[in-house]
Amino acid sequence: MAGLRARKRQRLLVVSVSLAAFILAVLTALLALGGDSLSLFLQPSDVSARVAAGDLKAGDRIRLGGLVAPGSVTREDVVTQFVITDCAATVTVRYAGLLPDLFKEGQGVVTEGIWQDGGAFTASSVLAKHDENYAPPGTLPDNPEACTHPESTYP
Amino acid sequence: MIGELGHAALILTLMLALMGATVPHWAIARGDARWMAQGRALAVAQFLLVVTAFAALTEAFIVSDFSLRVVAANSHTLKPLLYKITGVWGNHEGSLLLWVLILTLFSALVAVFGANLPTRLRTRVLAVQSALVVGFLLFILLTSNPFERLAVAPLEGNGLNPLLQDIGLALHPPMLYLGYVGLSIAFSFAVAALIDGDVTPAWARWVRPWTLLAWLFLTGGIALGAGWAYYELGWGGWWFWDPVENASFMPWLAATALLHSAIVMEKRDALKSWTVLLALVAFAFSLLGTFLVRSGVLTSVHAFATDPERGLFILAFLALVIGGSLILYGMRAEALAPGGLFQTVSREGALVLNNILLASYVGAVLLGTLYPLILEAVNGDQISVGPPFFNFATTLLMMPLLVALMAGPLLSWKRAKLGRALAVLAPFVVTALLIAGLLFWARAGGAVMTLVGLALGFGLLAAVIGETRPAQGRWLKALARRRRAQWGMTLAHGGLAVLVLGITISEAWTTEVLTTLSEGEGVAVGPYRFELVEIAPKAGKNYSAVAAHIRVMEEGAVVADLWPEDRSYANPVTQTSEAGIAARAQSDLYAVIGEQVADGRWSVRLYNKPFVAGLWWGAALMVLGGLVSLSDRRLRVAAPARPKKPAAQPQGAVS
Repeated sequence: MAGLRARKRQRLLVVSVSLAAFILAVLTALLALGGDSLSLFLQPSDVSARVAAGDLKAGDRIRLGGLVAPGSVTREDVVTQFVITDCAATVTVRYAGLLPDLFKEGQGVVTEGIWQDGGAFTASSVLAKHDENYAPPGTLPDNPEACTHPESTYP
Repeated sequence: MIGELGHAALILTLMLALMGATVPHWAIARGDARWMAQGRALAVAQFLLVVTAFAALTEAFIVSDFSLRVVAANSHTLKPLLYKITGVWGNHEGSLLLWVLILTLFSALVAVFGANLPTRLRTRVLAVQSALVVGFLLFILLTSNPFERLAVAPLEGNGLNPLLQDIGLALHPPMLYLGYVGLSIAFSFAVAALIDGDVTPAWARWVRPWTLLAWLFLTGGIALGAGWAYYELGWGGWWFWDPVENASFMPWLAATALLHSAIVMEKRDALKSWTVLLALVAFAFSLLGTFLVRSGVLTSVHAFATDPERGLFILAFLALVIGGSLILYGMRAEALAPGGLFQTVSREGALVLNNILLASYVGAVLLGTLYPLILEAVNGDQISVGPPFFNFATTLLMMPLLVALMAGPLLSWKRAKLGRALAVLAPFVVTALLIAGLLFWARAGGAVMTLVGLALGFGLLAAVIGETRPAQGRWLKALARRRRAQWGMTLAHGGLAVLVLGITISEAWTTEVLTTLSEGEGVAVGPYRFELVEIAPKAGKNYSAVAAHIRVMEEGAVVADLWPEDRSYANPVTQTSEAGIAARAQSDLYAVIGEQVADGRWSVRLYNKPFVAGLWWGAALMVLGGLVSLSDRRLRVAAPARPKKPAAQPQGAVS
C-alpha cells in the first residue's frame, strides 16, 4: 500500500509541476503578446482607414505591406525614403539601413516599424519578396491592375 | 524518356508501399512468418526505386531537360554544375522527392540493420513506414509531380534564385530532412508498440539510437541553416524566429526531450506513456513544419509556393497521421503501466524537470508561431509575433533548465542527495561565476541579462567538467574509464554551454555601424578601424558584381581583409549581396556593401561581432556528442545488448 501512496504522491508532484510550468509559459505568452511583440499587418488603405477612425496612434508598431511605387525611391546618405502603395492609398516610408537585395520599385515589400505623428512611418526592417513564385501575404494589392494602368493615379 | 522512367518508378513505389503498409499486418494476424519477412524486402525495394526516380530527376537537371516543368522553372544552362544538382531540391517538387528518398532510406536502414529487433516489432515498424511513404507519394503524384512535362519545351530555363546558389543549399536541406524524417522511425516504433500494446524498457533502448541519429542531423541541419542565414542574407543575424525556423526548432526540442525521457524508460521502466507520446509528437512537429513550409500559410522567407490545394492535402494528411496516432495512443495508453518509483530529488526527477521545461518551451514556441493564424481565423486581423516574445519565453524557461542541468547528471537514480551534488560542483561553479563576473566587469558591464547569460554559460561549462571528476581516486583514471555514452553526454552538454556563451556574448557586445564611405575613407567599429581600400566591378560565371576591398586594422596593424560583393544575376534578374566575413575565435568582422549613393560614396554596414564562433563550436560539440554516444556499443543500432556492467563505476557518474 505504501507503494501505491508513493506513486500517487509522485504523480501529483509531476502533474502539479508540469501544470505550473505550463501556466507560467502561457501567462508569459499573454503578457508578452500584449506588448511590443505583436504588430498588426496593414496595407496603406487600412492605414488611412485606421487613422481616420483614430485607431492608429503615434508610437504604434505595425507591419506595412504593399508595392514600392515606381519613381518614389530617394536616398540621402544611409536613409532611404520610398512610397508604399496598394493602388488605392499610399504611405511614405523612411528607412535607415541597407535595403534587402530583392528590393525593387514596383515590387512587393513588407516593412515593420513605428507609426509617427503627422502620417510618417519609420521602418526598422524591410523584407522584400523572396522568390518568383511567392509573394508574402499582404503585399499584393486587392486590385493590382489599377497600379499598372496608364491612367492610374500614381503619387 | 528518363523522366518517364522516374515517374514510373514513383508509381511502382506507391504500389509496393501500399502492399508494405497492409500485408505485414495481415501476416502478423495469421502468424505467417514468410509474409512477415517480405516487409524487409519491400522496404529495400521502395528505397531503390525512389533512388531511381531521384537519379532521373537529377539527370534532367544536369542535362537541362527543359521539357520537364520543374527543370524549366528552376534551372538554367549557364548555372554551375553544383547548383544544377542542388537545384534538384531547391524547389517544391524536388524537395518533396528528397523527403521521400530519405523516408525510404530510413526504412531500408531498419530493414537491413534491425536484425536484433523482434520480428513482430520490426514488421510493424516497416509497415507504418510504408504507410507514411504512401501518404507522401500520393501528395507528390497528385499535386506536385516533378516529372510533369511541358507541351512545348522552352529553349532556356528560368534559373535558380541566386540566394539559393550557394553551398548552403547543398548541405542544409538534406541534413535537416535527415533529421525531420529520421524522427519518423521513432514515430513508427511508437505506433508499432501501441498496436501491440507492448511497451518495454527494451523498446526505449531500440528507439533511442534512431532518435539520436535523427537528433544529430537535426542539430547539424539547424546550425547549418543558421550559418547560411548569417553569411548569405547579410543582416548579421543567424536566427530570426521565422515560422519556418521555429518549425525546425520544435521537433528538435521534442526530440531532445525524447532522448532524455527514453533514458528514464530504459533504465527505470518509468515515464512509459510519456515517452511514447513524445515519439509521436516529435514527428508530428516534423509534419507540421512541412505543412507550414509547403502551404505558405505563414509569411516566411522559406515558403516555396502558395497553393491552397497542396496546403489542404498536407493539412488532411497531418490530421490523419497525428489524429490517428493520438487516438491509438488514447486507446492504449492505459495499458502502459508505470514502472519504477523514484523520489523527487533523483536522476529521474531531474530528467522529468528537463522534460517539463522542454515541453513548456515547445508549447510557447508553438503558440507564438501559430498565434497569427489563430487570430486571423478569429477576427481577420493580420498580425505577426516578433522576436521579443520568443526571446522572453526562451529566457524564462531555459534559465531554470540550465541551472538544473548543472546538478542533474550528478544525481543518482531513485533517490539522491542534492547536497552531495552541490558539494562536488561548488568549487567549479564558484570559479566559473568569478570568471563571468570579471569578464562582465572588464567589458564595462551591460544589461543584467548579459551577466546572467555569462554566469549560466560558464557555470554549466564548469559543472560539465566537474561532473567528470570522481569522488575518490585519480581524475585521469576515471576519465579513461568513462563510457562513450557518458562522453557523449559531457560533449553535448558542454556544447550547450558554449552555445549559450556564444549567444550571450555576440548578442550583448556586437558593434554595428551603418554609414557611407568613399575609397580611402575609414570608420571606427568598436576597437577596429574599417577602411574602404578599393571598390571595383568584377565578373563571375553567371553574374556580374561590384566588389569591395575593406581592410580592418587594430592600432595600425592589419587584422583582416574583407571582400564583400554586390552581385547582379541575369537569370532570374536579381541582386544579392555577399557579406565579407573574417571569422575569428574572438570576434567576427563582417562587412556588407549596399548601393552607391551620389558622388562615389557607398553605403556600408559593418559589424564587430564577438564570439559568434561559440554558436558553431557549440553546435559542433553537440553533434560530436551525439556521434560519440551513438558509437557506444550498448547503443549501437545493430549491436546486441551486453548484460555485463563495467566492473568499477565512478561514483556519481552512473548513467
